[in-house]
Amino acid sequence: AARGCGGLWRRAWQRGAGGPAPRGQRAVACNARGGAVPAGKSGLAPWVPVVGLEIHAQISSNSKLFSGSQVQFAAPPNSLVSFFDASLPGTLPVLNRRCVEAAVMTGLALNCIINKKSLFDRKHYFYADLPAGYQITQQRVPIAVNGSLSYSLCIDNKMSQMVTKTVRIKQIQLEQDSGKSLHDDTRSQTLVDLNRAGVGLMEVVMEPDMCCGEEAAAAVRELQLVLQTLGSSQAVMAEGQLRVDANVSVHRPGEPYGVRTEVKNINSIRFLAKAVDYEIQRQIEELENGGIILNETRAFDSKLGCTVPMRDKEGKQDYRFMPEPNLPPLILYDAKSLPANMNHQQVVNIDWIHERLPDLPSVKRAKLVEQYGILPEHSFALLNEDGLTEFFENVVKQTQMKPKKVVGWILNYLLSYLKQHSLTVKESPVSSFLLADLLNLLEKKEISSTAAKQVLAELWKGEGKTPLEIVREKKLELIQDEKELEQICQAVIDGQENE
Amino acid sequence: QKVTVEVLDHLERLALVDFRDAEGVERLQKAIQFADQLHEVNTDGVEPMDSVLEDRCLYLREDDVTEGNCTKELLKNAREKVEEYFVAPPGNIPLPKLEERETFLQGS
Repeated sequence: AARGCGGLWRRAWQRGAGGPAPRGQRAVACNARGGAVPAGKSGLAPWVPVVGLEIHAQISSNSKLFSGSQVQFAAPPNSLVSFFDASLPGTLPVLNRRCVEAAVMTGLALNCIINKKSLFDRKHYFYADLPAGYQITQQRVPIAVNGSLSYSLCIDNKMSQMVTKTVRIKQIQLEQDSGKSLHDDTRSQTLVDLNRAGVGLMEVVMEPDMCCGEEAAAAVRELQLVLQTLGSSQAVMAEGQLRVDANVSVHRPGEPYGVRTEVKNINSIRFLAKAVDYEIQRQIEELENGGIILNETRAFDSKLGCTVPMRDKEGKQDYRFMPEPNLPPLILYDAKSLPANMNHQQVVNIDWIHERLPDLPSVKRAKLVEQYGILPEHSFALLNEDGLTEFFENVVKQTQMKPKKVVGWILNYLLSYLKQHSLTVKESPVSSFLLADLLNLLEKKEISSTAAKQVLAELWKGEGKTPLEIVREKKLELIQDEKELEQICQAVIDGQENE
Repeated sequence: QKVTVEVLDHLERLALVDFRDAEGVERLQKAIQFADQLHEVNTDGVEPMDSVLEDRCLYLREDDVTEGNCTKELLKNAREKVEEYFVAPPGNIPLPKLEERETFLQGS
């Protein structure tokens, strides 16, 4: 598996007015084979883009990281806030075991070393949605380090050739989420809701092994699937359960890394790819025009498709990290180090968790390919849509048609229909039972493939008719009777002769 | 070694403390000297300790909802509120630069 792509960039268009990248200009994808890209007609030397990611995933738990208030999206403002969350004096943090388990599961799934002893620290800064004036995090010794995540990309738009890449995971740390600020510019004030303050987060730091928006997006997508499979986070970006910040820089081959910028305010995986690619191009243009890159934080503007410097930046922050005095070290155990007399509610056993990890997406895909003889790219497409694998397997169980053929019907017809109508698999008007029924008619050669498509179009209406009923209604049966076929052919031939 | 004006200004900005006068700065200076005595101990090969509680067991809570639902009580602490939100200024108001504010540190 290639680490990073060694992809080299060239300025892909004429210098514009300095605005956002021209639309319709498809960003040049990294050279997946990692070879040098020649300088080309313009004679410009290539650039090497470098992309790292900091991902915050909200832990899926009933209560918060250090307090017993509820974790829930969209509740009345300040209704899910305990005295500790509001930082009232005299309150103390109490660690939630479920959050520790979620972090251990995630660390194991990402091939990390789990630190049996990890520490909590305070990171200080002032902001209205951080009532304590500091965030409890794990800066010195986080719960997991040195892992990796493999993800796949298709080279060419054809989805026919997939290449596997790996990104190193620097660390995973437990930390508190902050509250939410709603800016009211008209009245020049900020409204603060602390419902989210104190919710548990896993910060996953990915090393700068990626080289373009497509790789960053694919890595995050795979992480999202892993988290959802584990259940440690629901990782829905739209609900703020998965937030991604990108660190981007460019340099000439052989030279040290360039100054990096941090890009925030990325709200979807699609925008992640755009934001990263835009920032790479912006930096290249800036440097080629003799400018310099500032080590700054920029926000992605999804409407304009560009990054802009974030206002309210008070220069480099000094967070004055200090150990969290109210929390002793977090000790984790395994089968060997398990103390004999301890209350098991107080014990987190890494080996116990490891034994119970579910099949990760990469394993599920390999099993699908092996069991059903489908192509790897099909397994990706099946896992990419919630409930689709299950649907596929249910159809296969109920039909004689070969899985290789079934998967074509599901990916080309079922999935595209669902996408067109913005439906999830669960909302499909065509159930696996109905589809299997239809495919059986096709398999038994009672109808043609064209007829089958017509029946499917009818089935989408969800009128409760079975495939067989539709076939009869529309007279789509294939004629099997040889005599009848002979008569028809003869009639056609006779008709031709008369002309 | 005395603490420089730059560091004092940096601290005032980061922690929003006000050293107010020579006595305040002197108190800080003495506190640092007191802590510096730690350097006299040879700590080669000794793991740093951040808390005398380091051998205590970190208590783990069950993931149950046991708190919250006290919006009214919490909002009693708010100087200003809008519906059930706390009201804050539009953004951080950073301390003015050393030259631009009235502080004892300017004279130093």
